[in-house]
Amino acid sequence: MAGAGGGGCPAGGNDFQWCFSQVKGAIDEDVAEADIISTVEFNCSGDLLATGDKGGRVVIFQREQENKSRPHSRGEYNVYSTFQSHEPEFDYLKSLEIEEKINKIRWLPQQNAAHFLLSTNDKTIKLWKISERDKRAEGYNLKDEDGRLRDPFRITALRVPILKPMDLMVEASPRRIFANAHTYHINSISVNSDHETYLSADDLRINLWHLEITDRSFNIVDIKPANMEELTEVITAAEFHPHQCNVFVYSSSKGTIRLCDMRSSALCDRHSKFFEEPEDPSSRSFFSEIISSISDVKFSHSGRYMMSRDYLSVKVWDLNMESRPLETHQVHEYLRSKLCSLYENDCIFDKFECCWNGSDSAIMTGSYNNFFRMFDRDTRRDVTLEASRESSKPRASLKPRKVCTGGKRKKDEISVDSLDFNKKILHTAWHPADSVIAVAATNNLYIFQDKIN
Amino acid sequence: MLSKGLKRKREEEEEKESLAVDALWLDPGHAAVAQAPPAVASSSLFDLSVLKLHHSLQQSEPDLRHLVLVVNTLRRIQASMAPAAALPPVPSPPVESSMADNLLASSDAALSASMASLLEDLSHIEGLSQAPQPLADEGPPGRSIGGAAPSLGALDLLGPATGCLLDDGLEGLFEDIDTSMYDNELWAPASEGLKPGPEDGPGKEEAPELDEAELDYLMDVLVGTQALERPPGPGR
Repeated sequence: MAGAGGGGCPAGGNDFQWCFSQVKGAIDEDVAEADIISTVEFNCSGDLLATGDKGGRVVIFQREQENKSRPHSRGEYNVYSTFQSHEPEFDYLKSLEIEEKINKIRWLPQQNAAHFLLSTNDKTIKLWKISERDKRAEGYNLKDEDGRLRDPFRITALRVPILKPMDLMVEASPRRIFANAHTYHINSISVNSDHETYLSADDLRINLWHLEITDRSFNIVDIKPANMEELTEVITAAEFHPHQCNVFVYSSSKGTIRLCDMRSSALCDRHSKFFEEPEDPSSRSFFSEIISSISDVKFSHSGRYMMSRDYLSVKVWDLNMESRPLETHQVHEYLRSKLCSLYENDCIFDKFECCWNGSDSAIMTGSYNNFFRMFDRDTRRDVTLEASRESSKPRASLKPRKVCTGGKRKKDEISVDSLDFNKKILHTAWHPADSVIAVAATNNLYIFQDKIN
Repeated sequence: MLSKGLKRKREEEEEKESLAVDALWLDPGHAAVAQAPPAVASSSLFDLSVLKLHHSLQQSEPDLRHLVLVVNTLRRIQASMAPAAALPPVPSPPVESSMADNLLASSDAALSASMASLLEDLSHIEGLSQAPQPLADEGPPGRSIGGAAPSLGALDLLGPATGCLLDDGLEGLFEDIDTSMYDNELWAPASEGLKPGPEDGPGKEEAPELDEAELDYLMDVLVGTQALERPPGPGR
């Protein structure tokens, strides 16, 4: 699955160059709130790339097949389907507006010609079927070509309808709606390796669903205290193990990750494993807890490791070692001395996601100023790249960026004080096999490929 | 929010402010930390956090993660601002610690009350048909009064209208009506919150009789006729 020229290549090594491939979205300086991308996800084969936005829309891009007549467009992603997944709702019972923003999209493994994905906003999860129609039946007996019904008594002969090709039409239809199971805001959904169930997590609870059943779900984690005054911790992310269908993890706002086994009990309030790195007393501050809050947790494709993202770092954990992470990668350590300002402007609460490459040899996460970071686990090298319109020439190599932390600023370096904290890359995705990455920068989706591809 | 033009100026201002604060807690072993300047810097951080908390509480549906993180940070700041007090563990509100500063005490109780009331709202949201909270009239008079006086601060901060509709006795009648916007049990959670700590903190020793009279008067003024219909609690 992981091609030779694909996931196996080091991320920031000399023999590897990330190049601009495409950018999707409007160029306007004035960005509509609804167009801000809120989630990005490749499907299991990498041929489809889905984005969700704050306006509740889902846009799916499809990778073009190799075409000798147009070699330059090989591997390009073009719009395949666009649909409105969620609409703004009003909860009359609580007099609250429910945002239509798509928090997460997760693809189901493909089982037939159609594609299925789950998309969720704060309260409701929907299963969408995306199917192609490229044939049309002609020659009906009971209706004519315009669709008007024929009078049966007028029919003198019967014919067999024939299938004729038509322009490809991609239809998205909602097949299941999983609603009314979450009091708090849904932050995660994860499809199980059994392909039959999935979990959804909100701030205080995790529910298990069967994909066929919408009128009931099982609560498997509940951390709501009996007395809400005692609430000090919330669930921030959850994911099923990629191979063991009874195992899942969930992270918390206190920087802990709990691994649970559904075989041990129906309510998985007691974890099987507890991952937490002890706090470094020398770097303790008022903001220690906030920056330790985990914003994303992802299993490696192999299932042997998992990765957690907190405000300043990404940590790789070995599932067999709970006491401390295997690796810690600093994303933007230069922000540590700016935490007070970042607390003031609320940036310290930003939730960055992270992702693995296909072979688990590299990891990627976003930062500010439209920077994103890649860490090669094998060579221990890292690189900072930027998603910007300026470096958006076709197949142009991305130049590594560097942030100057103090003292003399070198040419091409950018000082910490010049970083644009409104340009944040929260959502990134890596093709499951090839060296193709998708980076969401506000309302634009950047696609980068490596030169070999 | 997405305008680039304002970015640099704001960054510069924040930079100056953050430098002042950053210097302090980056070096906790420094002698200066124990002196007056840390209290000043910390109090601005405290104010900022209280501001954030109230902003969060004013949302129709607050972000629980944001709220919890701000509250926990606020508790940390408070703990550092009153190091002499033996603060009880997290779940009990720090009202029982000896705080000479009334403002601090009222803000903290307000914080606890606000946080508690909001979180009670959230648990109300889950099931309006749940049994009414058994909080309204409980606790000996000393406790209710001691807790209620500081929480007047909460009432001021959150607006005068919020106290009006709360009445646990009438909750059963109004089950069908969504009162989550108005349910702000400023009085009850304060008294409820005092329960976990069995010992009376020094803060409660301040003239309880006087506060009781004031409390009754203010309750009558603010709550109006509902105060008359409210079943008399012990000690009232």
